[in-house]
Amino acid sequence: MSAADLSVLQRPNDRLRRRRLVNRGMELVAWLTAALAVLILGVVVFSVARRGWSALNLDFLTKSQLQFAPPNVKQGLANAFIGTFIVVGIATLMALPFGILIAIYVNEYAPKAIRSVVSLTLDVLAGVPAIVIGFFVFGLIVISHGQSAYAGGFALAVLMLPLVARSTIEVLALVPDSLREAALGVGAPRWRTTLGVVLPQTIGGVLTGATLAVARVAGETAPLLFTCSLVATGTHVDPSKPLQTVPLAIYQLSDSPEPADHARAWAAALVLILFILVVSLTARWLATRSRRKIAQASR
Amino acid sequence: MSQMREESVSVSSTIEQAVRVETKRQPLPPRERLEQVFDIQDLTAIYGSKPALKDVSMEVYKNLVTAIIGPSGCGKSTYIRCFNRMNDLVPSFRQTGTIRYHGQDISGKDVDPVSVRRTIGMVFQRPNPFPKSIHDNVAWGLKVLGMKDNLSERVEKALTQAALWDEVKDRLKASALGLSGGQQQRLCIARAIAVEPDVVLMDEPASSLDPIATQKIEQLLHELKSEYSFVIVTHNMQQAARVADMTAFFSISRGEEGERWGELIEYDDTEKIFTAPSDKRTEDYVTGRFG
Repeated sequence: MSAADLSVLQRPNDRLRRRRLVNRGMELVAWLTAALAVLILGVVVFSVARRGWSALNLDFLTKSQLQFAPPNVKQGLANAFIGTFIVVGIATLMALPFGILIAIYVNEYAPKAIRSVVSLTLDVLAGVPAIVIGFFVFGLIVISHGQSAYAGGFALAVLMLPLVARSTIEVLALVPDSLREAALGVGAPRWRTTLGVVLPQTIGGVLTGATLAVARVAGETAPLLFTCSLVATGTHVDPSKPLQTVPLAIYQLSDSPEPADHARAWAAALVLILFILVVSLTARWLATRSRRKIAQASR
Repeated sequence: MSQMREESVSVSSTIEQAVRVETKRQPLPPRERLEQVFDIQDLTAIYGSKPALKDVSMEVYKNLVTAIIGPSGCGKSTYIRCFNRMNDLVPSFRQTGTIRYHGQDISGKDVDPVSVRRTIGMVFQRPNPFPKSIHDNVAWGLKVLGMKDNLSERVEKALTQAALWDEVKDRLKASALGLSGGQQQRLCIARAIAVEPDVVLMDEPASSLDPIATQKIEQLLHELKSEYSFVIVTHNMQQAARVADMTAFFSISRGEEGERWGELIEYDDTEKIFTAPSDKRTEDYVTGRFG
């Protein structure tokens, strides 16, 4: 190309200038929308923290709710924290093994047709509104056996199941076939291959999925309304009875005429948000670690 | 290696220019004196509706290295994977014909592929060690197969046979993924022979390795063939010429409607394949005029 041609590049050019402006404008819009998302989270956390901060103290975390408390008696939401821990724990114990087994079947054994049917089912199940699942468990368990932490945990487990199964299917699919062939090649049966070689590769990914699912259901209120909401006062840990949970406590306290209750509702919300934040960050950390591990193995 | 070079077999001049045949082998005894490991009859392998291989019949003999050579896409890998039922993992795969292993048909539906793979081991194209320690890579198969007595001795023996022991004996607990490619492949060979298979199948075991690592693996074949029978797929003709006692040449045939499939063209002593092939297509391939 000659020097004369190059001078075209330096000459002012309206069309080019307009293109540059449009480009800048689009970049700005994209930046603003991203900033908006961060801002929304910031505003939520900040407003919850501002209102809840005053009620958040050691007593709040260690003392339980009382039914008829004189105003000067300190009370907290320890029963709700313990209850949420137990209910979510029950849900995880039910959903995790089930979800992993579903994923193993879908990824390691199922023929293609069944695989897509199960995948679709999981997608649909993940999209069922939480209140519908609560209602389903109400009909299935609560009508005959009454409310309990088991029923609440089961409702949350139904919500967790597709999340755990989907994320496990994804990590199993990342394990290179060469590893399966290596294991089968030494004469290992399929189940030994899956348990001894494939699954250990995916532990990190499975835990990530499980952790995200825990974070997702820990704040669920609707499924618990039908299944685990008629709560006795005081701290108890018997899962055959309904246990107080954090989301329901927030719901009930915000309905109270007492301003102190409102503050405690905000504080409970703050604890819940912080819990979910920590859990999600843990999940991300686990995910990066396991991706690195799988990448190393498939190198 | 230097010793091998000195004993290079002199062959007719045109072919010698194209392929350097370097061998250190005694003349093979006559076929009928050799013990058969595999007897393959009319093997046809099909993916979906596309045949990958048609009507392959040959025998594989005990304590020999048998090489499968041929251009890409001629079904070499498909063929070798029929021997230990590895193709069972491919849903659309079907095969007809028989593969007799010491007289017993192993291609039938009633034969358990897992038990087939216990006596017919495999080493793959890309080194695929488990993401476990070096020791556990070899020990895992032993544990799965219930060969738990003298575990560490068995591991040491396999690693020694695979010429890896001296390099790893001080770091058996280290991850196998930290080894070099050549070391990883020798670890995979150790893993395969640790469970004392009868046959070891190798699917282009050196294709991702540098020449020095390749040389080590070829030496291994020479040293280990008194104990095992090897079937090795390679696209490297010099490698086949160096390591194999018998060589099968596969090629691609084309049908009238443009369909392609792999076919066995010629199977004979390696020396004959490389010096006096009886089929024109073999000669074209080994002299580098094709493929």
